[in-house]
Amino acid sequence: MDRRIYGLETEFGLTYVPSDGRRLTPEDAARHLFKPVVNWGRSSNVFLENGSRLYLDVGSHPEYATAECDHVKQLIAHDRAGEAFMLDLVDQAEDQLSEEGHEGRIYMFKNNVDSAGNSYGCHENYLIPRKIEFKRLADMLIPFLVTRQLLCGAGHLITEDDQTKFVFSQRADHMWEGVSSATTRSRPIINTRDEPHADAEYHRRLHVIVGDSTMSETTQLLKIGATDLVLRLIESGEIYHDLRLENPIRSIRQISHDFNGQTVVRLMGGDEPTALQIQWILFESVTEFVKRHGAHHDQVDRVLELWERTLTAIESENYSLIDQDIDWAIKHKLLHGYAQKNSLELSSPRLAQLNLTYHDIDPARGLFHVLKRRGLVSSVVSDADIRDAVENPPATTRAAIRSKFIRAARANGRRYSADWVHMKYEDEPGGIVLCKDPFAINDPEVDKLIDLMGQRP
Amino acid sequence: MTQESFSARRNTQNQAAENEQVQVNTTGQSAGVDDLLDEIDSVLESNAEEFVRGFVQKGGQ
Repeated sequence: MDRRIYGLETEFGLTYVPSDGRRLTPEDAARHLFKPVVNWGRSSNVFLENGSRLYLDVGSHPEYATAECDHVKQLIAHDRAGEAFMLDLVDQAEDQLSEEGHEGRIYMFKNNVDSAGNSYGCHENYLIPRKIEFKRLADMLIPFLVTRQLLCGAGHLITEDDQTKFVFSQRADHMWEGVSSATTRSRPIINTRDEPHADAEYHRRLHVIVGDSTMSETTQLLKIGATDLVLRLIESGEIYHDLRLENPIRSIRQISHDFNGQTVVRLMGGDEPTALQIQWILFESVTEFVKRHGAHHDQVDRVLELWERTLTAIESENYSLIDQDIDWAIKHKLLHGYAQKNSLELSSPRLAQLNLTYHDIDPARGLFHVLKRRGLVSSVVSDADIRDAVENPPATTRAAIRSKFIRAARANGRRYSADWVHMKYEDEPGGIVLCKDPFAINDPEVDKLIDLMGQRP
Repeated sequence: MTQESFSARRNTQNQAAENEQVQVNTTGQSAGVDDLLDEIDSVLESNAEEFVRGFVQKGGQ
């Protein structure tokens, strides 16, 4: 697809740190956090005026799902907008708690594991043509996704046999199956739940839950941009190297744990390339594809440049090439630099704290943001882009219709409900419209509902 | 929710943080790093072990 619909859903970690000794459970903290949401939308699961969804998930994880985006930069801005919404909720909740006599701070983490080994995700959604044979999709995509952590893992510290080491991915140790339809019991790499939120005759929704949550915008650009390019390869129907893995789940963990990228991965065909070699093969196939077919958007060159530079950095063990652009490399530099300066082991509690607070979304306090303020990490979008995404939906997708509907309903004080494909004016019998096309930017049926909502006294 | 329904406080806090772009010391890389490490220490909760251990939630999707 030359133009694809993307969506990112992020579950955030949440903890309350009391300064007065009075603890709060995550459930209590989450309840306080979502009070303004419930006041605004009469539910803890609401669609916002920028087209996104804000939701209190299973296990008290605040979750933000971006509106439908059709360009990777737009997606990045909308994902950052989600952090802005969460931060505002934190602000309000801390005020509320203070009024109730609790003094403390709420932390929200854009990461994938808590301290007890519970995992939660960052889910990517890609609209793909229905006609792609699922087996081909899985065969070509899984090797890419299993090794993709070399590009966009968040970096993590794990302790095994009393040894603490730095690994590529937070999420890798929590994946259980290659392909599946459930998402709570099993943790598949790709998900086939076929609610496309589109016309099922033409499209299917690819749901990827293997990715680490991403702090760095350039890492996000690479993660989404490279995946989109590999999907184009798959969609082309052209024949590529058979990179099918014998045991994707075992490989994904081994690759994460081997920071040199030299772990060999056994393919079904018997070959044993390293994870790095697999990524190089895919990179070269994609580069060659782009040479033949052209770049389909204005960030392709940037994606390819960063992809190549990241693989080169791993190959030469020269992480300074990417220590402003790739999450695990930024974090690796931070953790090792701090450990060295303070003569600490990686196993020290302070290092665990750094590993965690790298993901703190508070721009005044989170360590990724400390680095950003000092000009030590790169950006893709501006603060103005993010502010725009907080207020406004993408103008080029169905989110624009949903936004218009919700704004009109609220401006006129009307009861309404909305989900990804439906818009309903509750007071109008039969006042429900189904919008199947995520690329549509206006709908006459929705406009009729909007007129009705404006008319009645 | 829109910008108007947001608390203005955090936005102005962010603005202040952004405006104080700290110049990385180019004459002494070590001094710059020390400065960074000091800032990190100033924002972290003092009891690292308790902070990390206290962060427990159930799994999500």
